[in-house]
Amino acid sequence: MRVSCWRSLPTCGLQSTLFQLRDLKAVGKKFVHVMYPKKSSALLRDWDLWGPLVLCVSLALMLQGGSADSKEDGGPQFAEVFVIIWFGAVVITLNSKLLGGTISFFQSLCVLGYCVLPLTVAMLVCRLVLLAGSGTVSFIIRLIVVIAMFAWSTLASTAFLADSQPPHRKALVVYPIFLFYFVISWMILTFTPQ
Amino acid sequence: MAAVDDLKFREFDDAATLLAANPDATTISIDEPTEAHKKQHSRRQEPGREEDDELLGTDDSDKTELLAGQKKSAPFWTFEYYQTFFDVDTYQVLDRIKGSVFPVPGRNFVRLYVRSNPDLYGPFWICATLVFAIAVSGNLSNFFIHLGRPTYHYVPEFRKVSIAATTIYAYAWLVPLALWGFLMWRNSKVMNIVSYSFLEIVCVYGYSLFVYIPTAILWIIPQKVVRWVLMIFSLCLSGSVLVMTFWPAVRDDNRRIALATMGTIVLLHALLSVGCLAYFFDAPEVDFPAPIIPAHNGTTLITKVK
Repeated sequence: MRVSCWRSLPTCGLQSTLFQLRDLKAVGKKFVHVMYPKKSSALLRDWDLWGPLVLCVSLALMLQGGSADSKEDGGPQFAEVFVIIWFGAVVITLNSKLLGGTISFFQSLCVLGYCVLPLTVAMLVCRLVLLAGSGTVSFIIRLIVVIAMFAWSTLASTAFLADSQPPHRKALVVYPIFLFYFVISWMILTFTPQ
Repeated sequence: MAAVDDLKFREFDDAATLLAANPDATTISIDEPTEAHKKQHSRRQEPGREEDDELLGTDDSDKTELLAGQKKSAPFWTFEYYQTFFDVDTYQVLDRIKGSVFPVPGRNFVRLYVRSNPDLYGPFWICATLVFAIAVSGNLSNFFIHLGRPTYHYVPEFRKVSIAATTIYAYAWLVPLALWGFLMWRNSKVMNIVSYSFLEIVCVYGYSLFVYIPTAILWIIPQKVVRWVLMIFSLCLSGSVLVMTFWPAVRDDNRRIALATMGTIVLLHALLSVGCLAYFFDAPEVDFPAPIIPAHNGTTLITKVK
């Protein structure tokens, strides 16, 4: 989106672009990096929070509609998923910085947010499988898919974040990441449509 | 040619080889922070040697004291202040967890493992894991118990996560606060040899909750006897850690107050585990033998009590 400038404005000449095709390409490139995690630093260098936002919103939307008769016993609401993902990512980032990590706050948020991508894919697959039926076979398929994507997410984020941690504390930093993706996987696996 | 060789890029050799070439050169050694920590920790694990160093007054002991003094002197609004509470390595956290699960009779958890380096990593993440372990296990156990019933529709019961989080974090932070306040008050009345800082008490409580994580997972087994045995076993383990830690702090006090304090600590701990078991895990169904009820028209009805 380019805002056209009028000659009378002092900011004439500057084109304020909110979201260009260039940004879209950068986000897409990062998605590819997450699905094939290698030791590249593209995710770390040019961090952005658009991708995590899109992933978080789509995951929270897909987890909607899983509430039971009473609001008490149902699945997580939209706001709860949102809060869990962002609050969880912030806490994990703070944890790694307090333990002496050298990564910056937003870089870590960026990595953790982007690595939710495999789990979003798992949620999509689960919803499609649930359309077909909700018996034991569909549960086993969903279980296998969610476990595989959970492992992928954890390994991808560990591959990106592990290098920036002090050497004797790597396990202390990786464990909360494991717990974070485990909770998200649990929410995806226990999703039951009305 | 010499000029070209001088311009060629050379790697810096190891300090040892450089010194071997030029023994009189002045050297400056800059330790990496991790190595400095390693030295600090290895010094802490050899108390005899530490005392020797202090007696001899060597430079190393001065450095240790300086570093120890610098540890907590950052103002509380800076990030470095909070980093001092996360100054633990993986093996230390694992040691502390081991110490809480296998309490050595007569040895104090704080003196043995914490050793004036209380951390907040263990208490925080053990509580987080326990919250999710209880919520997930409770959900799973309810699922298996109600599985056969035709009217049963699975619900994820996500609300219970927030309830579990509130309970466990409140227990792990408010009870140590109250206990610390109480011990400080008694300290002002009776001179106690042993006194703990607030963070050390939080540390003990946090690590003592670790044994409940495997207990919560094993509570999925839908047998009442098994669950109660597990609960009593874990209560004994974690309760003994707490008792052995706090008994030295109150034993110089009035007998009744000391026993009342110990009793309260154990009672609160028991209340936590009984409450979690009762609230998050439904009672397993028991099939009673059918009572024979005479019906109106004389035929007997056998009813199953569910």
